[in-house]
Amino acid sequence: MHRRLGFGLLRAPAVVLGVVTLTFLLLHLAPGDPVSLLLGPAATPLQRATTESALGLDQPVAEQYIRWLARAGRGDFGVSIATGRPVLALLAEAWPATAILVGLSIALSYLLGIAVATIQATTRRRGVDTALSLGTVTLAALPGYWLAFVLIMTFTYWLGLLPAFGAAGLDADFLGPGERLLDRLNHLALPLATLTLVGIGTTARYTRGTLVDVRSQPYLVTARAKGIGRLRVLLRHHLRNGLIPVVTLLGLSLPALFSGAVFVEAVFAWPGIGQLLVQAVQARDYPVVMAATTLSAVLVVAGSVVAETLLHRVDPRTRE
Amino acid sequence: MSDRTSVRSRRRWVVALALLVLVALGAVLAPWLAPIDPNFQGDVVANRFLAPGTIGLDGAVHLLGTDRLGRDVWSRLLYGARVSLLVGTLATAVALTVGTLIGGVAALAGRPVRVLLLGVTDFTLAVPRVVLLLLLAAVWQPSAELVVLTLGLTGWMPIARLVYAESSAQLGRPYVESAVALGARPSRVFLRHLLPHATGPVLAAATLGLGNAITLEAGLSFLGLGVQPPQASWGSLIASGRETVVNAPWVGLAPGLALVLVVIACTIVADDLGHEHPHA
Repeated sequence: MHRRLGFGLLRAPAVVLGVVTLTFLLLHLAPGDPVSLLLGPAATPLQRATTESALGLDQPVAEQYIRWLARAGRGDFGVSIATGRPVLALLAEAWPATAILVGLSIALSYLLGIAVATIQATTRRRGVDTALSLGTVTLAALPGYWLAFVLIMTFTYWLGLLPAFGAAGLDADFLGPGERLLDRLNHLALPLATLTLVGIGTTARYTRGTLVDVRSQPYLVTARAKGIGRLRVLLRHHLRNGLIPVVTLLGLSLPALFSGAVFVEAVFAWPGIGQLLVQAVQARDYPVVMAATTLSAVLVVAGSVVAETLLHRVDPRTRE
Repeated sequence: MSDRTSVRSRRRWVVALALLVLVALGAVLAPWLAPIDPNFQGDVVANRFLAPGTIGLDGAVHLLGTDRLGRDVWSRLLYGARVSLLVGTLATAVALTVGTLIGGVAALAGRPVRVLLLGVTDFTLAVPRVVLLLLLAAVWQPSAELVVLTLGLTGWMPIARLVYAESSAQLGRPYVESAVALGARPSRVFLRHLLPHATGPVLAAATLGLGNAITLEAGLSFLGLGVQPPQASWGSLIASGRETVVNAPWVGLAPGLALVLVVIACTIVADDLGHEHPHA
């Protein structure tokens, strides 16, 4: 896993451009078009032609592509075909929800995952390690949408404790500030738990491996032999070296996290980028799909660049 | 200590493999194991939402209960396994083929081709897989064949990387040079001398990929973008169970549990395959 990430700051824009081009081609080469979805089967040829030219869909694909790029470069992602609203406004509305959900779940799953892995790698009782391993394999194997189903069943229908849909209650606008925050947190609980539980499984499995690899290194034996306390050996020597590859994992796992968020948002009707994307794909809403894909590509590439930078900071050996 | 460890992990591995074989057998033998046609509804009002273990009006035992149309969940689970496992296996086969090809060519070809192929691999790794899957599945008419292709074409990168890494590590070795000097064609060098070194890690990656492919197929079917009715995969069974979560939780629980067990088994088998070969 020590391989250099495939991105320099120079290659990052190339990857984004590649993803955007691929998306554009896939959308436009595919059969079916947004116009028939928009107008329905009863549309006359004249109506179709008018709408097509209004949307610019009657131009050659290459020209549409260049035009899209030129406008996107200026920050103009056009107007949503399905809703008639500016794409940027849609993204701006959806963005915070995803950021909160994914950001919190990254933080929680890394904290808890590393904690679990540390217990596994340092315990002397094999039973504890085996039991925790079984637990993390199971968590990592859970598909988000099914875990969501189980959590909704348990906490919404059986216990009646937590809401299963949306980011806020219907009465949110009539609540006081404190109650509104509580309402928000209630709605956040299940989607966040779903993403985090799966995340803990993956993180802990990977981290346990790297910590066990480091466990028998001579410098750990030396540190213990010198009489340094166990906690200090763990924090300064064991974790500090063992967690280096985990930094790389953080960058590389962003695509997977985003993918997980797509399913979880769809199940919980969480008003984020993932749900926006699923709806836009189903409605063939070209401009929204293009913008959401661009955004996800930028995020993923940015994650890799950040991970690489962090790696250089924490591990001097990787600086060249 | 280390002997005991290997015995333990061996036992775990055998259990996991046995589970996979059992599920595969269940899928293959579904027509004989399933008590009722998976799409048989009978008297819908009398037969729907029967709890697991109840005997229906027609006298059939519903091991896992019935869904909202009175269809037997156990039978649907068995037939769903056929679709899920077949799609997962075929997708993994596609990924294996493409990955081996690209990794092998990258290892043997000259610098420009190598840089290009490794660049394509890195690029594809960076594309959010689910986003691509959603696009492909939604934009074309959803079908089992399309899911196989898209899962395969978005899952070959780890295999290509492994094949490339293991092969190029062997390239400078004397036995490879002598094979080349004896006039072996590149394809022969690759297949007979390089690829065998990658077998363990590649099989491990493929087994992990199988688990991933089955999960993702279920996810697509869950969103209605995968295998289309009346064919049912575990994903569409979970989706239909979601609608009846209050009346009949077992409809969604059963296929999900089956899916989780299969993925866990894949992970354990892959772990073991990877450990036998320290390069993985």
